[in-house]
Amino acid sequence: MSDAERPTDDSGDEFEPIEVFPEAGETDLRPGADDCYKCSTCDTECPVAEVDDEFPGPKFQGPEQWRLKRQDDHDIDESVMKCSNCMRCDSACPSDVPLSQMHNTARAEYVEENVSKFSREYWRNRMLANYRRLAPLGAMFPRTANFVTGLSATRWLGEKLLGIAGERELPEFATETFREWWTKRGGARVENSDKRIAYFHGCYSNYNTPEVAKALVRVYEHFGYEIMVPEQDCSGTPMFANGMLEDARRAAETNVRELAAAIDDGADVVASCSSCSMSLRQEYPELFDFEDTEAVAENTWDAVEYLRVHEDLETELEGTAVGEEFDDFAYHAPCHARNQGLDGQTVELLGLIDGVEAHDVGDSCSGISGTYGWKAENYETSMAIGAEMFDHMDDADATAGLTECPTCSMQMEHGTGYEITHTLEVLAAALVGDGADATGANATGARAE
Amino acid sequence: MAIEDDVLVVGGGLAGATAALAAVERDVRVRLVSHKQSTLRHASGLIDVLGYTPAGEGPLSDPFPALADLPEGHPYERVGAEAVRDALAFFDGIAGDAYAGAHTDANALVPTHGGTVKPTARYPAATAAGLASDDRDALLVGFGTLPDFEAPLAAAHLEGAGVPFAARGVTVRFPGIERDDAKVTRYAHLLDRDERVETAAGESTARTALAETVRPHLEGESRVGFPAVLGDDRADAVRADLADRLGVDVFEVPMGPPSLPGLRLEDLLFDALSDAGVRVTTGVPVVDYETGAHGAGSSGPARIDRVTVDRNGSEVPHSADQYVLATGGLVGKGVESDRERVSEPVFDCHVPHPADRYDWFVDDVFGDQPYARFGLPVDRDLRPLDADDALEFANLRAAGAVLGGHDFAAEKSGSGVSLATGYVAGRRAAEGCR
Ligand SMILES: Cc1cc2nc3c(=O)[nH]c(=O)nc-3n(C[C@H](O)[C@H](O)[C@H](O)COP(=O)(O)OP(=O)(O)OC[C@H]3O[C@@H](n4cnc5c(N)ncnc54)[C@H](O)[C@@H]3O)c2cc1C
Ligand code: SF4
Ligand code: SF4
Repeated sequence: MSDAERPTDDSGDEFEPIEVFPEAGETDLRPGADDCYKCSTCDTECPVAEVDDEFPGPKFQGPEQWRLKRQDDHDIDESVMKCSNCMRCDSACPSDVPLSQMHNTARAEYVEENVSKFSREYWRNRMLANYRRLAPLGAMFPRTANFVTGLSATRWLGEKLLGIAGERELPEFATETFREWWTKRGGARVENSDKRIAYFHGCYSNYNTPEVAKALVRVYEHFGYEIMVPEQDCSGTPMFANGMLEDARRAAETNVRELAAAIDDGADVVASCSSCSMSLRQEYPELFDFEDTEAVAENTWDAVEYLRVHEDLETELEGTAVGEEFDDFAYHAPCHARNQGLDGQTVELLGLIDGVEAHDVGDSCSGISGTYGWKAENYETSMAIGAEMFDHMDDADATAGLTECPTCSMQMEHGTGYEITHTLEVLAAALVGDGADATGANATGARAE
Repeated sequence: MAIEDDVLVVGGGLAGATAALAAVERDVRVRLVSHKQSTLRHASGLIDVLGYTPAGEGPLSDPFPALADLPEGHPYERVGAEAVRDALAFFDGIAGDAYAGAHTDANALVPTHGGTVKPTARYPAATAAGLASDDRDALLVGFGTLPDFEAPLAAAHLEGAGVPFAARGVTVRFPGIERDDAKVTRYAHLLDRDERVETAAGESTARTALAETVRPHLEGESRVGFPAVLGDDRADAVRADLADRLGVDVFEVPMGPPSLPGLRLEDLLFDALSDAGVRVTTGVPVVDYETGAHGAGSSGPARIDRVTVDRNGSEVPHSADQYVLATGGLVGKGVESDRERVSEPVFDCHVPHPADRYDWFVDDVFGDQPYARFGLPVDRDLRPLDADDALEFANLRAAGAVLGGHDFAAEKSGSGVSLATGYVAGRRAAEGCR
C-alpha cells in the first residue's frame, strides 16, 4: 500500500477533546472585530448574498456575530452554513478584518453545538468533507466505482438519502492514482540538492486527475528540479467549509509535519490546486499553531508562480507551441487563486505560447466552492452564482475551459459542457511536448548542472 | 528572478488604474498590484473636480477658473489646469457612453440620496436624467428595505434647496426582496437577471414587477428616480427596460457606501486595463522595497530596484524601471497614523505633520481639519519629497489620495485629483523608462 492509502483515521491515537475557539483564536479575533468600521465592502463581494437575500452576508457572519457572541450566550446563527468559504470577503476588507478566519471558527462552533451527530446533514457533510477517506475505495475499484456513481439510481439515492444534488455527476476515479504511477516509475528521475520541491498534490490530482500531477512532474523535471512526494493528507479545505475543524486539524498536523521535514531537506513546497495552497498558506496559520505551521506557510507556493519567480519561465515559453490538442481557452481564475494574487498569471503566460490564448471570463465566483454546490440545498444557489461565469464562457472565443481548481472545473463543465484543462497541462505540452515518456530528465540534465 | 515590467503601479483605485492606463498607452510593459478593494466601492461614482474652494466658497459653477488660485502644493497646482483637462478627456475616452458631462466645463448639479445637490464634473449615464438643472417634475421612489434613501424626505429637501421642478417621493416594497438588510448587490442581481419573483398579483419577473409597483404612483411626472441599485452588469438594459415599461425617463440617485455606481466604475476601469494589456495582480500587498545604484552620480536620490509582494506569506520580488505609488489616503491605507506619527507604509516617504498629536485635528468637527490634508508632498513631476524638499527616490511618483495638500471631502475634489495625478504620474513614468 502506498503512503497515500494508509488510513490515517486511527493514527492520532490520543483523543483530543474538541475545543472550539481555542485561546489563540480568542485573542486573535477580538481586535479583528474591533477593526470593522462597517463600510460593507465585504458584503459587495459576497457571491452568496448576491443571489440569496436570506444570507446576511460576511459583515454579519464575521465581526457582528463575533461581537454579539461575546456579549452573552448568543448562539451562532445557522446562516453561517450558507457561507461557501470562497474567502472573497477577506480580500475585500480594507481594514484587514480576518473574515474567513471568523467564519471558519464560527462554523466549527455551530456544527459542534447545533448539528446533531445523528443527523443526515452531519453525516453527509462529514462524508463530503472527508472525500479523501472515501477516495481510496473508489480508486481501488475505479471502474466499478465510476459505473456505480454514474448510475441514475445511485444519484437518486444520493439525493434522497444523503442530500447530495442529483444533478451533479460524481467525479470519475482514475484507473491509476498519481502515487501509484509515481511509485511504479521509481520516483524522482532528477536528483539535485540545489533545486528541490516537495509536491503537495492534494486528493483530487491523486485520485481523479493524475494527468495534472504528471504534467507538474514533467514541467519541474524539465527545469531540473528534484521532486519529492511526501506523505500527505487532505489539505483541509472541505473540512473548514463544513465546520469539521477537528478533522481538518488532524489532517493539517500530518501535512505540517511531513512538509516541514521536506523543507528541512531543502525543498520548497508547491501545490497544483489553488485551494490547497490557500489552505497551507493562510488557513493553517490562522487556525492552528503546530510547530512549523508558519514555516510551511512561508515556503509554500503555487506551482506556476514558483517557476515564474525561480526560473525565467517567460523567456522559456516565448515562441513555444502546443499541438492540435489545445486551442484557445475560456479561463476562470478560482477565488482562492485570486486571493493569492495569482489572477493574471495564467493569461499572461499562455499568451506567450503559439497557438493558444486564455480569455479571462471575469472575476465572478464559479459558485461551487468545493463541497458547497454538491449539497442538494445549495445546488440552486451554486448555479445562480455560476450563471455569470457560464455566460462569459459562452461569450468567449473558445469552447474549452481552463482553471486551476478541481471543483471550479467541475462547475465549468457542468454549466457549459466544455472540457476543462489545468494550466500545468498546457505548460507541459509547450515545454516538454506531450509524449507520455517525455519526463524531461534528459533535457534537464544539462540545465541542472 | 523577479517578475519584471517597465512600470509598476502600486494600488488599484481610480488613481492607480488611471496611471496604469496612461502609462500603457506609451507602449511599455505595465503591471498593477493592488491589495484590497479600492475606495471606489464607497465612492458615489461621480467624478468631482472641484466643488468648493479650499476657503469653502461654492458650490462652484465652473471649477476651472478656481484651479488657478489653489495654494502651492495642492495636487492640482502641482500638475496644472491643462493636465486636469487632459486627464478628463482621457477619462472620457475610457468611459465612453457610460459617463456624461464632457460637453461643458460647468459643473453639473446632481441630487444625492440625502436630498442635497452636488456639483460634479462627470456623472454616470444612469444619473443623467436626474440633473437638478433639468426643470421636469420628478417622482423619487424609495424602498422600505433600503432605509438609506427616504424618498419623501429627499424630495422635500430638494424642493427646499430650490430646484426648478416639483419633486415628490414615495416608498414602496421592492418585489422579491424579503430581508430588511439585503445587500445592494442582491437588488442589482435580481434586476440584472430579471429573476422570477412573487408578487401579490402572482409570479412575475423582477423588472416587470418593479414597474407595476411604481406605475400607480405616477402623477404625470416625466422622470422617476430610484436609489442606485438598478443592475450591475446590465444596468443600461435594466434602466431602459424600466423606462420603457413606465413610459418615462428613469434615473439613479447616487447612494452612500457601498455604492453600485462605484462598483460599475471599478469594473469599467478593470476591463479597460485588461483590454489595454496591463498585467493585473490583486489580493496581495506590496510590503517592502530594495534600492539599487544611485541615479546621476552617487549623490543623487536612490533608485528603487525592486519591491516585495507578500503572497500569503511568500515574498515575491517584482522589479520595474519606474514606480507609481497610488495606495490611497487614510481610508485606502496609503497613509497610516498611530499615536506617534503619520507615515506612508510602503516606501516610508515623508508625510509632514505636526509633532504634537493634538495639533492633528481641531476641536470643531466641522472646522478645517489638518489631518484631512495629510499626505505626501511632491514636486511638479509628482515625485515624493523628503523633509528637506529633496527627492525621496529617482524613479517613484505618487498619485491620488496618498498626496497631501488637499481635503477631498471638503473641496469635493476626490476623483478629479485621482484622475489628474494618476494620468500625469502614469505618463511621466512611461516617458521615464530607459
Ligand atoms: C466614502 C467616500 C465617498 C466618496 N465620494 C466621492 C464622490 O462622491 N466624488 C468624488 O469625486 N470622490 C469621492 N470620494 C473620493 C474618491 O473616491 C477618492 O478620492 C479616490 O477614489 C481615491 O482613489 P485612490 O486611487 O487614490 O485611492 P483608493 O481608492 O483608496 O485606492 C488605493 C488602493 O491601493 C491599495 N493599496 C493600499 N496599500 C497597498 C499596498 N501596500 N500594496 C498594494 N496595494 C495597496 C488599496 O487596497 C486600494 O485598492 C469618496 C471617498 C470615500 C472614502
Ligand atoms: S467566504 Fe464567500 S460566501 Fe462566505 S461570507 Fe465571505 S464572501 Fe460570502
Ligand atoms: S469590509 Fe471590513 S471593515 Fe468593512 S464592513 Fe466588512 S469587515 Fe467591516
